[in-house]
Amino acid sequence: MSDSTHTGPMLAADGTTLKSSLNRALRRQKLRALMLIAPLLIFVLVTFIAPIADMLFRSVENQIVSDTLPRTTQMLGDWDADAADIPAPQVFEALYVDMFIATERKLHTRLGSRLNYELTGVSSLFRKSGRKVEDMGEVYQDQFEDLDKFWKKGANLNALFGAPDWQAAQAAWDTSDKKAQPKFKLRSGLETVLPQASEAFDVYARFTQGEDGKNLSKAKPWALIYSALYNDLVAQPAGLAALDAPGADELRAAAARVGDFDTVDFTAAFKKIDKDWVSQDVWRVIKTYSPRFTNGYFLNSIDMKKTADGPQMRAENEQLYIKLFIRTLFMSLVITGSCILLGYPVAWILANLPAKTANLLMILVLLPFWTSLLVRTSAWKVMLQQQGVINDTLVWLGLVADDSRLALINNQTGTIIAMTHILLPFMILPLFSVMKTIPPSYLRAAKSLGATNWTAFWRVYFPQSVPGIGAGSILVFILSIGYYITPEIVGGTTGTFISNRIAYHISSSLNWGLAAALGAILLAVVLGLYWAYDRIVGIDNVKLGG
Amino acid sequence: MAALTPVSRTPVSFYVPVVGLFGALAGLFVGTAQGSTLGGIVLGAAIMALIALILTKALPSERAGRLALIGLGALAGYAMGGIAAGLIGLLFGWFFGWFTFWLFEGRYRAKLVPYLTPGQVLWHFTFRFICGAILVFLITPILVVMPLSFNAEAFFTFTPEMLRFDPAGYSLRHYRDFFTNSDWQSSLANSVRIAPVATLLSVSFGTLAAIGLSQPHVPFRRAIMAILISPMIVPLIISAAGMYFFYSRIGLQGTYIGVVLAHAALGIPFVIITVTATLVGFDSSLTRAAANMGANPVTTFFRVQMPLILPGVISGGLFAFITSFDEVVVVLFVGSAGQKTLPWQMFTGLREQISPTILAVATILVIISIALLTVVELLRRRSERLRGMSPS
Repeated sequence: MSDSTHTGPMLAADGTTLKSSLNRALRRQKLRALMLIAPLLIFVLVTFIAPIADMLFRSVENQIVSDTLPRTTQMLGDWDADAADIPAPQVFEALYVDMFIATERKLHTRLGSRLNYELTGVSSLFRKSGRKVEDMGEVYQDQFEDLDKFWKKGANLNALFGAPDWQAAQAAWDTSDKKAQPKFKLRSGLETVLPQASEAFDVYARFTQGEDGKNLSKAKPWALIYSALYNDLVAQPAGLAALDAPGADELRAAAARVGDFDTVDFTAAFKKIDKDWVSQDVWRVIKTYSPRFTNGYFLNSIDMKKTADGPQMRAENEQLYIKLFIRTLFMSLVITGSCILLGYPVAWILANLPAKTANLLMILVLLPFWTSLLVRTSAWKVMLQQQGVINDTLVWLGLVADDSRLALINNQTGTIIAMTHILLPFMILPLFSVMKTIPPSYLRAAKSLGATNWTAFWRVYFPQSVPGIGAGSILVFILSIGYYITPEIVGGTTGTFISNRIAYHISSSLNWGLAAALGAILLAVVLGLYWAYDRIVGIDNVKLGG
Repeated sequence: MAALTPVSRTPVSFYVPVVGLFGALAGLFVGTAQGSTLGGIVLGAAIMALIALILTKALPSERAGRLALIGLGALAGYAMGGIAAGLIGLLFGWFFGWFTFWLFEGRYRAKLVPYLTPGQVLWHFTFRFICGAILVFLITPILVVMPLSFNAEAFFTFTPEMLRFDPAGYSLRHYRDFFTNSDWQSSLANSVRIAPVATLLSVSFGTLAAIGLSQPHVPFRRAIMAILISPMIVPLIISAAGMYFFYSRIGLQGTYIGVVLAHAALGIPFVIITVTATLVGFDSSLTRAAANMGANPVTTFFRVQMPLILPGVISGGLFAFITSFDEVVVVLFVGSAGQKTLPWQMFTGLREQISPTILAVATILVIISIALLTVVELLRRRSERLRGMSPS
């Protein structure tokens, strides 16, 4: 075969060795195939896989607590949740700052509803506190303003806290009609002298200019700035004497007097808003959900709850999801079972009838398969009602009395009947394609060897049809376990699936994290089955419509 | 098929009791409806046994006997309960006439192998009956919807007028409602705007990828296939939830583009599956031959490969189209009121304000599905013919 006059490796026409030339051709072929696949792969990754990944991420994400209450959650780190006492006064002060900012940014209600999933009542507690927290620090503001009129004007504070170049820019902007307000810049060196007040003012200035979209020169400063200022001045900062800024004199005058100021006990103030603030339950929940990621949603979705002492089962009457998962699995099994029971004979007869008749009957299977899901579901709604076609027929035949019509809808029966009908083609088609390959002569051979009808079927035919049953069952089971539309319409309250609960959490209760966690569990089950299906049948062998 | 077994007349002791048994079954229903179950059974059995005897022994020809029985059944039914019952009686008469002679002449054995025992024959027909019942179960819901959509009343059930075949009981008012109601029309328009674009996207990307996937050496073929098929496997509610979260992050939630992208993703597995299946039978030496004759890859694709795999592409496209056209869960979450599609409108109709217009829409959709089914079946046959296989 090889050229005998040529020693060494075989060469291709262009002089390279045949091996590397072949490798290159193969590489090019692979590359070309990948290039053809790439657009679709990227498309699916972006439009489908990324959303799924996002959902999985949401099931553990919990940044809202630490984002909304950054100072409080940090301070809470030292608090012992098991101890009998409530957190230290500094924590309440941090809570005041966080709540004040959150209220201004209108984020406190969102956090309230988030924590309400874990402890009922937190939502109203946060809403109530949000309304009152603005007045809490006004004691300081009033005292500063009584001390000197200087503190009344926002412009004076801007002059004190703002960097000189920003002030110039802001003054220029005030008279022009340009859109973008010059971004606030803090006077350099001030944060060492007045750390808390600088921070508070910075937050205030940024919020006013940014989210609120108002002119900072005309805005009224928050009460929060005054309480922060009080805290800074009470500490008698060393750099104050040397401070050179507009209002430095007023600041020094205030520093001399702050010792006599009335103070606010934030613990008591929060207690006055609601007794719940001095109960440990609320604080335990905040501390438990402080981390940026949580397994709390997953614990919730298996009827457990996250507590400071680790996961615990929920009380018997609060358990819901395990029961729902079991019901979903059970009903999917029943639906799969009835599909096998009804699909097997039909597939058998389709596979064994002469081709012409079989094709005709196949239409009866394919037509429902091609008909809109909504059409079939509405048909079942029409048929199963109390005054529906089935009950009417039964009454007319006299099998059921008019006053005791069967309850076929809005319960498990309704879901099982309708879904068996909807998924039956998915069982018949794979069964049919497997049965088509079983030679009928095997059955005849078995019978001629003396087997009874039953033995011939059970020992010879049935084992060969098992792959079809497997393929069909997994397909039907996968489809039914995640069904949403049909149970929603014919299932009432007892015939619904876990999907309906997921939809409820997305659109009604807005507990997206819990919806994501439930979805992640469901997805894990389905992917497990998908893997099994791939093992048994192979994804490539999925057939559509006969 | 020619008769496998020579047929011979059966003895009276066989067919008269069997017909009587069926008569008893019929009598059971009629009797219960009239108030006396036991009386119905006995009377039904006796009457049908007698009729069977008369038909076979006293009357000269089979034809005359069966016609007479049909007339008798129709008359008896009409006397008992109007036109609808008359029609049922007519069918009754036809069935018993046919059944009696089927048994009497021994025709039931004609297509069966001769060595079957009577028990096996009985099982054969029982099995057929069971299969028939299951097929009826499959098709009934679709058939029931159609006449109900012509209901003159806003009910979801057959009114007495409809059962009497009174023309006043039927009307086109639900169809009129569908074609004039702005809610339904705008949802139809949305469906028509979304589905073709989504189909176009999934078909163009999907066909390219399917061609890539059917090349001989594709690295990570299994993994890629698993990813591309996954939109079909992942439960719709999970896809919907994920897309809702993700698309609202990137600002596509509630937009037309968002819905189109989502539907295209859902349709892709169907295109991949049908087109790869078609490509299995594609002879790749044809493309080499084309290249050999100087055609560049693009010309080869459009002039040689595309015409051959076109049936697969079209039927994949039809699958993708119907996926998008039928889809409700994802659009419910990803879309907003501006993208309300026909299935969405039906879903809200079923859940909230029940209106029989849904049945009119359902009938129209069934007719569309029948049309699509026919197209797919014709394409499948054409594809098999092109590939040199005999249509099965």
